[in-house]
Amino acid sequence: MEASTDGVTIVMLSGDMDKAIAAFSIAIGAAASGKEANMFFTFWGVKAIQKGNLTGNSFFGKMMGIMNRGGIDRIGPSRFNFWGLGRWMFNQMMKMHKVTPLAELRQTAIDLGVKLYPCQMSMEVMEIGKEDFIGEALPACGVATMLEMAYRSKVTLFI
Amino acid sequence: MSPENEVTMKLNLEGLLCPIPVVKVAKAVKDLPIGGMLEATATDPGVLADIPAWARTTGNEVIKIEREGKLVKFQLRRLK
Repeated sequence: MEASTDGVTIVMLSGDMDKAIAAFSIAIGAAASGKEANMFFTFWGVKAIQKGNLTGNSFFGKMMGIMNRGGIDRIGPSRFNFWGLGRWMFNQMMKMHKVTPLAELRQTAIDLGVKLYPCQMSMEVMEIGKEDFIGEALPACGVATMLEMAYRSKVTLFI
Repeated sequence: MSPENEVTMKLNLEGLLCPIPVVKVAKAVKDLPIGGMLEATATDPGVLADIPAWARTTGNEVIKIEREGKLVKFQLRRLK
């Protein structure tokens, strides 16, 4: 790992579109300024780095996989989602104003070298395997690794 | 460096919104030699604050940044 001491670490707990846009934008801004940028995805946040296939092994796990299906295009806004209608409306408005879509933001972050770490514990609880994540996701880790990144960073955000 | 043999790169950021202008500027500046100039036009008014902030963070220099109607025009020199 780099010896950088002025990077950004973002703990992404939320699975909401608006918050994911903010988180990826911040990570991109840091990376574009030559700073180390790490994103640690936990709980609902893991949706943003999932491929989008159904997940789960047990009954509850499979239920979770259906009710809380991952994938960057399935993420809805934190308010006014209305079972997907709000997401569609938001996407239309974003297109109208030429805001970069979430999937493209994530790709930009990846291209700039933003590191994406899944939380191992969330994977266990929600029965999500490493094969359910996009190829760019790094090996899963836990709180100690996340804190190590945070200690090294000048900015740590919990979104 | 004399202005005649100065390397100048032009960049069109019109229609792009945050955070993409900063990404494109960062990429373009990487391709410039140190001392090279970047001239860009944008339509996002956020650029007025963001490009100087980016330059301060990265140690580069904004020579000029101004609004011309709906456009924001700026010149930036790569120092690092």
